[in-house]
Amino acid sequence: MRVVLAEDSVLLREGLIRLLDAAGMRVVAAVDEAEGLLRAADEHRPDLVITDVRMPPTHTDEGLRAALVLRRQLPGLPVLVLSQYVEERYAARLLASAADGGVGYLLKDRVADVTEFIDALRRVAGGGTALDPEVVAQLIVRGDSDPLERLTPREHEVLKLMAEGRSNAGIGQALVLSEGAVGKHIGNIFTKLDLPPAEGDHRRVLAVLRFLKIRSLS
Amino acid sequence: MKVPRPWSARAWLDTAHVMIGLPVAATLAALTLVAIAVPPVLRGGMPYFTLVQRSRFEAFLGVRIPPVRTPDTLRSAATWRQIGYHLLSPIVGVAAAVLVALAWGGAVVGLLAFLPAKLQKPPMEFTFDLRDQRVIAAYMVIGLALLLLAPMLARGMAALDLFVARTLLGPSRSELGQRIETLTESRAGVIDAADAERRRIERDLHDGAQQRLVSLAMNLGLARATLTDLPEPAREAIEQAHEEAKQALKELRDFVRGLHPAVLNDQGLDAALSGVAARAPFPVKLRVDIERRVTPTIEAVAFFIVSEALTNIAKHAAATKAEVRVRRERDRLHVLVHDDGCGGARMDGGTGLRGLAQRVDAVDGALKLYSPFGGPTTIEVDLPCE
Repeated sequence: MRVVLAEDSVLLREGLIRLLDAAGMRVVAAVDEAEGLLRAADEHRPDLVITDVRMPPTHTDEGLRAALVLRRQLPGLPVLVLSQYVEERYAARLLASAADGGVGYLLKDRVADVTEFIDALRRVAGGGTALDPEVVAQLIVRGDSDPLERLTPREHEVLKLMAEGRSNAGIGQALVLSEGAVGKHIGNIFTKLDLPPAEGDHRRVLAVLRFLKIRSLS
Repeated sequence: MKVPRPWSARAWLDTAHVMIGLPVAATLAALTLVAIAVPPVLRGGMPYFTLVQRSRFEAFLGVRIPPVRTPDTLRSAATWRQIGYHLLSPIVGVAAAVLVALAWGGAVVGLLAFLPAKLQKPPMEFTFDLRDQRVIAAYMVIGLALLLLAPMLARGMAALDLFVARTLLGPSRSELGQRIETLTESRAGVIDAADAERRRIERDLHDGAQQRLVSLAMNLGLARATLTDLPEPAREAIEQAHEEAKQALKELRDFVRGLHPAVLNDQGLDAALSGVAARAPFPVKLRVDIERRVTPTIEAVAFFIVSEALTNIAKHAAATKAEVRVRRERDRLHVLVHDDGCGGARMDGGTGLRGLAQRVDAVDGALKLYSPFGGPTTIEVDLPCE
């Protein structure tokens, strides 16, 4: 798997390269600012882009804006954003294109949980989503929860974990449920959110987007 | 006003103030007249003349007349008001000293009216026969009345003197206004500086310790995941170090969030508040209507109000849900935090509300708390945002 990495702290950049290397991924370009990221992504067409949010010159949200540009210019390019904090408006815009291909938004601290972080990278590269629980919580605060009020608290929990990008098995593990029970809950969620049957993964993403009050671009 | 008794220290201090006031005032008035003829003497001497009078008020009456902070040039109104005081004070001084002296003197004479009767021969002819018991009694009643009146008179004269001195020697209304303006400005400066300092610390931590800790935790995590063939104790040590690094990272992040979260700086109140609302252990409905960002200081105050209020609710209110509304209306920012908890919150309850009120006060905002027992609780804050 080929990765383009944007991170302005040398320490973290070197560390991430080592980490990805150990996980069998190859960093084809490592840059320290947003302009460089756009060029490198265009040149290498990687399987995954990982970018920090705060980068030069203004140290605010360059990385996120670059990520949004990339999603527009190279539709379907999987992008994982690493941030010091959650900015849900950008997260929402990033997620709006989730049906086109993998996106992720994780707090930077999560790289410390190496195994889970690598899982998240693989999931995003494979077209799935990886959302930090804090991103999910924050997007829920923003939505007015009308159609979602039809969900039971248990279904709510299941949907939340789906939003984070977990598989049925992962959800079952977190909530101490059998995989069959999780499947049943998910079926109920699809019905309650008026999602017609389609290829499994796509419907899953749509359910999450509806949950997070984001209108899908596709 | 409490009536001073004739033998109280107050009565004697007032009397001393008035009596000493006359020669002091007369001397200073003479010096001032001389000084008016020689301007350099006036300029140099006036502060000292005034100092003498101010020390008299402080020594006898215990009243500090605030010094005037305008430069002592002849053109300043303060100087001319001082000259006015020094020329006026002998007139007040004479009237006061004569009245007070007459009162005390009359009291003494009246009360000693029985003495001449004891003498063989009256020392001189009186209109009234001082051997007549009724005349003696009348004298003594008048003397007693004067004895009780004298301290009040001294008090009243001292108060009159003080009034004149405060009006002419103290700062005038416009000077006070100016002083308030200066204080307001310097206070705003201090608050802004403290806020800027918080932001600087946040940035330093982000660029330094936080990056280093993330890197450390990541490397330890990598070691933990890859070095599986190490002996058990070594693996355990790595595991523990990894967990501790992650914990330190979490603590540092929470600290920075409490100090001045980066998101507040970069993205403003709206984004920062949704993070706070999301982390509350109960559902929070958040509504923020701010078209133009307010100043960083007001943003910080509003952020801490919401953040502290939600922490308080989590700790004390036993609420099932809360609502936060922030709205900008021209140059005011309104913040409302409402919960459905048990109520009974009080400003002096040691619940952190006091700290909130202080931060609001410091920027000239207003905080209102409605919290009847049994709930619900509403905190309303109104902040200036220009």
